[in-house]
Amino acid sequence: MSARIFGSGIRRREDPRLITGTATYTDDLALPGMLHAAMLRSPHAHARIKRIDVSRAKEAPGVLAAFTGADIDRLKPVPCAWLLPNANLKIAGYQCMVKDTVRYVGDIVAVVVAETAYQAHDGLDLIDVDYEALPAVTDPRHALQPGAPQLHADVPRNEAFHWVVAGGDIDAAFKNADVIVKERIVQQRLIPNAMEPRAALAQWSGASGELTLWNTTQNPHIVRFLCSVVTGVPEDKLRVVAPEVGGGFGSKIAVYPADFITCFCAMTLNRPVKWTETRSENYQATTHGRDHIQEVELATKKDGTILGLRAEVWAGMGAYLSTAAPGIPTILHGLMLSGVYNLPAVKEDVHGMYTNTTPVDAYRGAGRPEATFMIERVMDKLASTLGMDPVDVRMKNMIPRFENGHTVITGLTYDSGDYPAGLKKLLEHVKYAELRKEQSEARKEGRYMGIGLASYVEICGLGPSQVAGAIGFQGGLWESAIVRVHPTGKVQVFIGASPHGQGEETTFAQLVASEIGVDANDVKVVHGDTDNTPMGWGTYGSRTTAVGGAALILATRKVKEKAKVIAAHLLEAAVEDMDYADGKFFVKGSPDKAKTIQDVALMANVAWNMPAGVEAGLEASMFYDPPNFTYPFGSHVAVVEVDPETGQIALKRYVALDDCGPQINPVIVEGQVHGGVVQGLGQALWEEAVYDENGQLVTGSMLDYALPRAGALCDIEVISTVTPSPHHPLGLKGIGEAGTIASTVTVYNAVMDALAPLGVASLRMPMTPERVWRGIQQAKG
Amino acid sequence: MYSSPFDYYRAATVDEASALLKKHPGAKLLAGGHSLIPLLKLRLAAPPALIDIGRIAELKGITVKDGTIRIGALTTHADLAASTALRESCPALAEAAKQVGDPAVRNRGTIGGNVAHADPASDLPTVLTALGARFTVTGPRGTRTIDAGGFFTGMMTTALEDRDLLSAIEIAARQKGQGMAYVKFSHPASRYAVIGVAASVTVSSGTCTAAAVAIGGLVPRATRAASVEQALIGQTLSAGTLARAASEVARDLGTDILGDLYASADYRKAVAPVWVKRALAAAAARGK
Repeated sequence: MSARIFGSGIRRREDPRLITGTATYTDDLALPGMLHAAMLRSPHAHARIKRIDVSRAKEAPGVLAAFTGADIDRLKPVPCAWLLPNANLKIAGYQCMVKDTVRYVGDIVAVVVAETAYQAHDGLDLIDVDYEALPAVTDPRHALQPGAPQLHADVPRNEAFHWVVAGGDIDAAFKNADVIVKERIVQQRLIPNAMEPRAALAQWSGASGELTLWNTTQNPHIVRFLCSVVTGVPEDKLRVVAPEVGGGFGSKIAVYPADFITCFCAMTLNRPVKWTETRSENYQATTHGRDHIQEVELATKKDGTILGLRAEVWAGMGAYLSTAAPGIPTILHGLMLSGVYNLPAVKEDVHGMYTNTTPVDAYRGAGRPEATFMIERVMDKLASTLGMDPVDVRMKNMIPRFENGHTVITGLTYDSGDYPAGLKKLLEHVKYAELRKEQSEARKEGRYMGIGLASYVEICGLGPSQVAGAIGFQGGLWESAIVRVHPTGKVQVFIGASPHGQGEETTFAQLVASEIGVDANDVKVVHGDTDNTPMGWGTYGSRTTAVGGAALILATRKVKEKAKVIAAHLLEAAVEDMDYADGKFFVKGSPDKAKTIQDVALMANVAWNMPAGVEAGLEASMFYDPPNFTYPFGSHVAVVEVDPETGQIALKRYVALDDCGPQINPVIVEGQVHGGVVQGLGQALWEEAVYDENGQLVTGSMLDYALPRAGALCDIEVISTVTPSPHHPLGLKGIGEAGTIASTVTVYNAVMDALAPLGVASLRMPMTPERVWRGIQQAKG
Repeated sequence: MYSSPFDYYRAATVDEASALLKKHPGAKLLAGGHSLIPLLKLRLAAPPALIDIGRIAELKGITVKDGTIRIGALTTHADLAASTALRESCPALAEAAKQVGDPAVRNRGTIGGNVAHADPASDLPTVLTALGARFTVTGPRGTRTIDAGGFFTGMMTTALEDRDLLSAIEIAARQKGQGMAYVKFSHPASRYAVIGVAASVTVSSGTCTAAAVAIGGLVPRATRAASVEQALIGQTLSAGTLARAASEVARDLGTDILGDLYASADYRKAVAPVWVKRALAAAAARGK
């Protein structure tokens, strides 16, 4: 493998089109005769539709059709694709368009199709709906209480599922504990805020019965699968294309009612129909993230040794179960509660609750930030309770270095890790002892400086398909790649995954280039179109490199093996005598008489002189099903200063140490960490989707929902250790979500550390200046 | 985010704009569009017609002459922030303009549109109120001048009448010994002022001879902080004096204090003196 290109921070080839505004997103597409759809969404969080009348809308200028729930009966309900076992899962009916009862502000009750988007939106104003408002519930814990408004007749107490993870003797752990620390944490609801809102463009050919759907998705093959189920169009006649997709952060995994309604309109009117959500619709109806109320307690000995962790979580799922939703606060959350520590006993109860809110699904980190926060917060509480340094309680309990498998109490087997080495390197980098000295100096001057720390391990590279089946995921979790070498030696790679900002067009070219010695610029990565890519399960859960990258490297190795056979034939040598270096095949000891990969590609494609029994062409495919998940890890440090007069928090320093195994492109790794850290800081400091008691989304636009801004950040330093995964062909683990998983609790711990002298012990997130200020006032008494 | 239908007219001169306003009752003037267009897109406003005054050359630019700064109503926030003349003669206004919204808003939004919209959390009205700006208005009965104190009449309301067009704003240029500053606690999402404070102090022989302070963001309209001003005049501007003066702001806030999800009225009221103190300190440092 060429050391030059693997590990090289070459520039992202995606960037020129993205930063010059020449990329083609779904909304940029226009087809002849294309119509525009607009969705009428419920303004009520919970209401019965007494009457709905679209007749005036139908007569409006440019309007071709208006449909209500009664008209679109041929669409099947929106499927939930994660059927969590052993959890009393109750999947409530999730209709594409509501006929009788709306259950959140954003439920679709009608669609208008017109010649222009303006006319379609004008048409919405002409639809008359009589609603009978019903009481709403938005708080997941309240939803479980007797007397709470009921969302679905067939789901008592609004409980979508009750999932338990248990291991070890948790009762004994708490009985034998010297110390028990408790914390109540609200993981507030967040809005994913992909830069590109969601959109769909559907084209129906009545003559052939073929449907094409261009869609803002992270997983076009899953959309084809589920769209086939909902619309009844067979998969062979259904093509799904993800053109340029402007970020997803999990919100573009799910399949959505509006996309199917758009298909229905195209199929009914026999003309292409496009729908693009407004940003307000995105806030109301594209999936949200987090929304946990957590109660956690940690039992330890008085020297800080952990005995057990017990927790109860009420997870808001929204009005319906979105595509992957049940797996997020359970499998991807509860199974991670051991963190980087030796945990002898664990028990967590998770109540998945229907509430009159936007459906909740994966959001960057998806379950793991919520788990990491719980552990890393109680570790800090433990440190302050025992008067120990936060570093010492962590080091005391950390799982020591392991290279090939370590099974934790939740049943997962981590692949490889060296958590103490990572933490140690981070502490040396930040000069931890000096930072603490600086802090005590600052305190003497009346400045409230805080140092926060968190260590994490995450589960990614989802995952072995057998496990997918066992945990109820209604799909496989393998990935696929086809590597095709053209006569001139240029390479096209076709992948089933669907990158949408992560940079795999660049890093995957680097993988191929380093494996067969071509120039990375000579490798094109094709993705996103179900008609020209092999089946794959999509880009989420930091799995594209960990799983799809493995498929790619193994397919490339197949190509290389075949090339070696052809080269041996051309050099009239035995295959076993052949050697390879830097894109050249040669007889061992005679590197000057070599056949390049390009020579071989030409011969393989013209096939004038092939070895006996060898097929023409130079192409290979690989379907890779990993034997295990991958487990990246790391430790982060944040330094903050709090202004006690106003409650404002200033970020002073942030250092991330992450171990994702070997790095294909360190600049892209750094970019992923930067973005991830900032999104996690967003949760700690700025972001929250707030509903009022009637279920209205109060933070309904970017005027009220605060996203991180560059000016409020500090430099983010990125360092790393390298611990290869034992089961990935190149040891790669994944880095897409690491920053988000660690940073929320890191900065939270820093703020709490800063406020410790003032007696503030906990704050609700986001930690706005007012909340900090009030915390200080309350502590004063 | 699709507006209701409207007619569109473009005026080449102020007279033409006035004629169009007369001809199309209910029409709205369009300058930079950064207050009006969001309202149209959310269908919170649906005027029958827009009259685009954005290309009227006579309404653009900053001139400083005989101690008076004249700013054309169509001057953008970015132009205010970048103007060397303004940074010299009225640094608080340049400083405030630099903190409006984000680069897109500053590049398109205009001072005239901003003050005509009169959002209580906007930055420029606070500075203009502190500095006693005068507003030149062309209406059906000719041209008149309105003082800052009379221009902002309440939340989102001004002394402008239906067919008025704001053409220019005048401010007295900074004098010797006068230091001024604008300090802002921004809302992290909207960038509007949660609390904005404009302060000007004039120091002569170590004593404060004049003070002008206005607050915005937490009150329905930009408001002079007379109690703070009085506590400064005749004083030596020590840190203690500034803090004491700043604490007087509670008397000037009135009873109608604004609050929202991000920052309640109680909190804003409690921390307002801190922000006033910071504005005074910055102004005093520059006034030496």
